[in-house]
Amino acid sequence: MNFFEELANNPGITKALPEAVTDTLLMVGVSGFFTLLIGLPLGIFLHTSAPGGLRPMPVTNRILSDVIVNITRSIPFAILMVILIPFSRMVTGSSIGPLAACVPLSIGTIPFFARLVETALRDVAGGKIDAALVMGSTRMQVIRKVLMPEALPGLVAALTTTLVTLVGYSAMAGIIGGGGLGRLAYNYGVQRFDTTVMVVTIVIIVAIVQIIQLAGDFAARRVDHRSAAGNRRRRTGTAAAAAPAPVTAAPGTEELRNDARSRA
Amino acid sequence: MITVTDLRKVYRQGTREVVALDGVSMSVPKGSIHGIIGHSGAGKSTLVRCLTLLDRPSSGTVTIDGRELTNVKDSEIRLARRRIGMVFQHANLMDSRTAAANIAHPLELVGTPKRDIDARVAELLALVGLGQFAEAYPAQLSGGQKQRVGIARALAAHPDVLLCDEPTSALDPRTTDEILDLISELSERLGLTVLIITHEMNVVKRICDSVSLLEAGRVVEHGPLREVASHLGGRLAKALIPLPPTPPVAGGPVVELLMVGEHATEPVLSGLTRRFDTDVNVLAGSVETLAGQRFGRLRVQLDASTDMEAVRTYLASQGVTVEVAA
Repeated sequence: MNFFEELANNPGITKALPEAVTDTLLMVGVSGFFTLLIGLPLGIFLHTSAPGGLRPMPVTNRILSDVIVNITRSIPFAILMVILIPFSRMVTGSSIGPLAACVPLSIGTIPFFARLVETALRDVAGGKIDAALVMGSTRMQVIRKVLMPEALPGLVAALTTTLVTLVGYSAMAGIIGGGGLGRLAYNYGVQRFDTTVMVVTIVIIVAIVQIIQLAGDFAARRVDHRSAAGNRRRRTGTAAAAAPAPVTAAPGTEELRNDARSRA
Repeated sequence: MITVTDLRKVYRQGTREVVALDGVSMSVPKGSIHGIIGHSGAGKSTLVRCLTLLDRPSSGTVTIDGRELTNVKDSEIRLARRRIGMVFQHANLMDSRTAAANIAHPLELVGTPKRDIDARVAELLALVGLGQFAEAYPAQLSGGQKQRVGIARALAAHPDVLLCDEPTSALDPRTTDEILDLISELSERLGLTVLIITHEMNVVKRICDSVSLLEAGRVVEHGPLREVASHLGGRLAKALIPLPPTPPVAGGPVVELLMVGEHATEPVLSGLTRRFDTDVNVLAGSVETLAGQRFGRLRVQLDASTDMEAVRTYLASQGVTVEVAA
């Protein structure tokens, strides 16, 4: 029996695989959605409430940042999932299955995503925010018209990283009862020594991650207008990427020019 | 017309108090261009932040056309800010917006209808000479073009005052002159009051009607360009009509002469040598045109036997100011 025949006859693949793929995609999709829904505003708030931010709120920021975000992030995901079982049951009515797994998955990735959002927003130059404020923007207008659009390439990259992380987490969630590709690999590959299922599962997980990463990179590139030659250079690949960077004004030229002028 | 009265700003750094602005006052008539010049650390940036209310001044007032800007509630601060259009050193355009969308930005904030925005943006793009760059992103524009977009954006919402913070400090000399000429032209055409904060004397020379010298948070010299340039001993005059340093020379007294207007083109020195039958040694000299007037400055060495009082009286009668160099 060759490899392909075995593929076609292995019940682990013909019966369990399609359901596992759907479960994984469901877990990644649903938790990704809630992570975006809650993590994005949380990240924005972390940024704007920081000292020197749009509306500094030192105490609230401290509590959110140190206590909630850092503590949640420092608990290993596998443990977080177990701790949250009662809560998952309360929210979804069950403690097993892909939907129940979405609860710990979302709670695990929201702080992670919020931190990435905060970092992306921090990269928006303060001068742009000043410019918007001087125009008479409200804080909301600064967030909607400056912070978000200017940080969009970074935000898309943050979401991509988060989704990839979710694929990994969902595999872990599968083992504890969430289902999906993680459970398939564990049940068949580990417990039944079925290498074929193991290999196929791994290939599919890698493919899903690749697709998310490619789509994310493509989207980030599309919304990035920060470099004039950027799109062209990236499209032509590595040869052009090695081209010398454009020469910016050398430091000290301004000083020189002033001297030359005041003596003229 | 913009009036600044006794503006003070004190920052607290731990237990230390840092006085960034120590009673700055100035008054700029409508339609004129006023330069505020100073070295870094003089308080220029703080002044900008106080004028735009990005920072609240500790005391003092800023008044535009008789209406006070500084004494408003937080809720009205945005409306007050809209009366000032601001141009930044690095333009500070939004990279995610095209040139046209950047100019439209302030108009969107006040809910201007789309059609009116489009018309105004087209008008402004033409005004700053960027008609064909409407759809270009900032990254595709040169430094000078970015600054033009920045100026158009500052003017979009019809401000009373254009505040320029080091508008040319990041540009090359030719682009600097183009941008300065544009600002000057706009001021004239739109009757716009312009405040330019800079560390480059060239900016003041080229377009300012009046100037203030800011030092350690205080205005140490100020006045119309012609006036400060005519004040021979003044720091601004020295900077506006600079002479290269000369090594000390043995012999007669060294004096500096300042000739203004038509006197700057008269043969004062040959008159001096003929009348006193003496030798005059020119050590350094410079001629500048400021605010449409010619200014000549000379550093000369006179003969040791010269009667200084007689020379001074004679030169004064010729409209020349004399100062004995230290």
